[in-house]
Parts: sequence; C-alpha cells; structure tokens
Amino acid sequence: MNVAEVKKKPLKNYLGIWGWVWAGRYNVERYLYTLQRVTGLGIILYGILHLTANGMRISGEGLWEDTMSLFENPVFAVGEYLVIAAFLIHALNGLRLILQQLGYTLGAPKPPIYPYSHALQRRRPIVLAMGALGAILLLLILIDFVV
Amino acid sequence: MTEKEKSLTAEELTFRVQRYEPTRDEKSHLQEFVIPFTKGMTVLDGLNYIKEKIDNTLAFRTSCRMGICGSCGMLINGLPKLACHTPVEELGKDVVEIKSLPNYGIIKDLIPDLIPLFESHKAIKPYILRSDSEEMEEPTAEYTQSPQELEEYLQFSYCVKCGICLAACPTSATDVLFLGPQSLAQAYRYCADSRDEGVRERTAIVDSGHGVWLCHLAGACSEACPKGVDPALAIQLLKRTVLAQTLRLRKKKEPSLVAPPPAEEKPKLPVPEFTAKR
Repeated sequence: MNVAEVKKKPLKNYLGIWGWVWAGRYNVERYLYTLQRVTGLGIILYGILHLTANGMRISGEGLWEDTMSLFENPVFAVGEYLVIAAFLIHALNGLRLILQQLGYTLGAPKPPIYPYSHALQRRRPIVLAMGALGAILLLLILIDFVV
Repeated sequence: MTEKEKSLTAEELTFRVQRYEPTRDEKSHLQEFVIPFTKGMTVLDGLNYIKEKIDNTLAFRTSCRMGICGSCGMLINGLPKLACHTPVEELGKDVVEIKSLPNYGIIKDLIPDLIPLFESHKAIKPYILRSDSEEMEEPTAEYTQSPQELEEYLQFSYCVKCGICLAACPTSATDVLFLGPQSLAQAYRYCADSRDEGVRERTAIVDSGHGVWLCHLAGACSEACPKGVDPALAIQLLKRTVLAQTLRLRKKKEPSLVAPPPAEEKPKLPVPEFTAKR
C-alpha cells in the first residue's frame, strides 16, 4: 500500500437535509428545528403568492375578479388553513426560541451527575405548554373555517 | 415477552458493521458478524470480539473502555453513542447496526475523520487568556476562584472531545464549516471562567457566518452527549455573552487575582505518643 493511497480524502458522510427530516429517536426540539424551517419556507412561499395575487389588482378589475374566483375552491381553503397553522407554529415556537436562545428560561449549569439531564429536557413543560396552546388555537380556527 | 426481554435470553447477536477500505472501496457497505452474547457486554466488547476472533482487519478507535477517553464514538442503531458506554441489552435488539459517526468523513471502517473537530476546537482558543502575560509565563501562584465561580463553567469542562455532539447536530449535517457544538460550548466554558479575559477575542471568532448564530437550538447535542456536558445550554449562554459584548452591555468584571502568598503556617500539634507508630 503506497502513501498516496493512504492519504486519500476521507469518505464524505454528512447526513445533509435528510438529517433534518429524520435522524433517529431524538427529542421533540430537534424536530421542531425542522418544523420551524419548513413553516418559515411555507410562509415565504405564501408571501410571494399573496403579493403576486394582490398585484393583479393593478391590471384591472376583471383580472382581479378572475384571480379571486380561482381561489374559491376547497384546495385553496385547505391551503389557507395550512398557512395559518404554519404561521401559528412558527410564531409560538419562535417566541420560545428567542427566549431560550438568549439563555432565558433554561436555568443555570448543573454538575453532571448520572443519570444526566440537560436544560431543554428540564424545561420540556415550556414546549408542551406551547404545543397545547397551539393545538387549542388551531382547533378553534378549524371550527371557524368549517362552520 | 417484550423484545427487550427476548434480547436478554439471546445466545447470539448479529452485528451489522459499516466497512470502508479507502484503498479499495468507492463507498461503504455493511458486513454482518454473528457473535456470542454474554451478559453485561457492551457494543465495544462485541467489536473487540470480532477483531480478535473473526476479522482482524476491522478498524475502530478505542482506548479506555470506560467513557473517559472519548475514542469510541459511533452511530449505534441510528444514534451516536460511545461503544464502551452502550450495553447491548440496553439497545433491546439482538441486531446491532454500527456505523461511523455521521457529519465527519470516514477514514476507514468505523474511524471518523475528527480533524475538523479539533481544528474548530483550536480556533476558539481553548485556554485561559490573560492580559498579565508575565504572570502566565512565569506563574508565582494560582489564580483565586470561588466555588460559585467554578460552577459557572464546571459542567462544560467535562467534555472528552468524542465528537458525538456534531454527529447529532442537524446544522453540522448541512454546514461543513459550522464551528459545531463542541467548540462553541468550549468557547463559553472559557468565557465563563472568572480567571479568563478573552471574551472579546473569542467573540470575534464565534460571532461569524458559521459561528454561534447558526445554532438554532435543536438540542440534539445535549441529548447525545455521553458526559452530560449540555453543549446546547452553553451555546445559548454564549449567545447572550456575545450579544452583550457586541452591544457593549457586558458588565466589566475584573479577572481573578493571583492568590496571596500563604500566611505563616502555624506549628502542627505534636502527634500524641499513643498513636505514633513504633
């Protein structure tokens, strides 16, 4: 075996985007990380569609009416509900992230005594409370949509 | 009978081990080994059995076999763990899949290329930075530190540099240049040290495009850490420190002073005659 062969570059082994989607039985925060990004992208996409659709108004009332009638079908109603859900999840989780990313609500460092616990695990009730609040609000909005 | 209980009575285990020979293979593959199960065995014990009795070409790192050296970090049944700290019974399956730590290159079989980890670690200056360089070079005494000041960073100083946190981190999964939880936690460990004066210097390093702000608090690093270091907490506290430093809101704190020379020692009491050894 010659030296050049041994010095071959290591084989790439990054999880990539797939690592965001699924990387094992991790706790809820790791998947909220992904959900925050997905909902963020969804809101941006909606923003572009929203501005484009509203921009039609400049081109005259006829085109505006046609565009609006396009949206009057169940697929867009479901889409609208998903946008609200994305916004709600992004906002509630975002508030938690703003606080926790500046070290608030996480508590002070603790000596690692077995079995180990970590700050996010100790503060899991915050995530659960946020989830419960989000679920209640989403249910109320759903009732409002259906009725 | 649950699956976990079944594994306790299993006589044989199947180890599916990732193999990659850099001089021959273009990509890695899994190889199966059937080994006897013994009560209390760890994944590392199984790998040692394979190396000694079945295939001595299997490559993996190991040293202390007691969770101190941090050499045997591997992806075990989908989660990054220390092989020496993972009893097979705890996995609850008689099929164990072992791969090299993700988010690093693979040098051979189960050996990850940890050079990026060590480079990031070095980059954040993991040592006490002081303005009194003369005292640092020629110390006259230790710097003083109270138990409360010690607790500010003690948890984060248990890091064994096993690299498991980067394997768990979703940001490291997509950003090769991200400093990573290990080095960022160590940056905070030194910034929080009352003897240190390097917050400004380290802020310049971690407050960058691939630095502390890329951590979006997935918390997987803390969950995976085999030493209970909680890098996620350290990184969030580092963000607060960096923000306060950048906005000039940080309270100016004088670093620890050199310990005063010891007061004259009192003469020791004489050992009573009846306890003295003859």
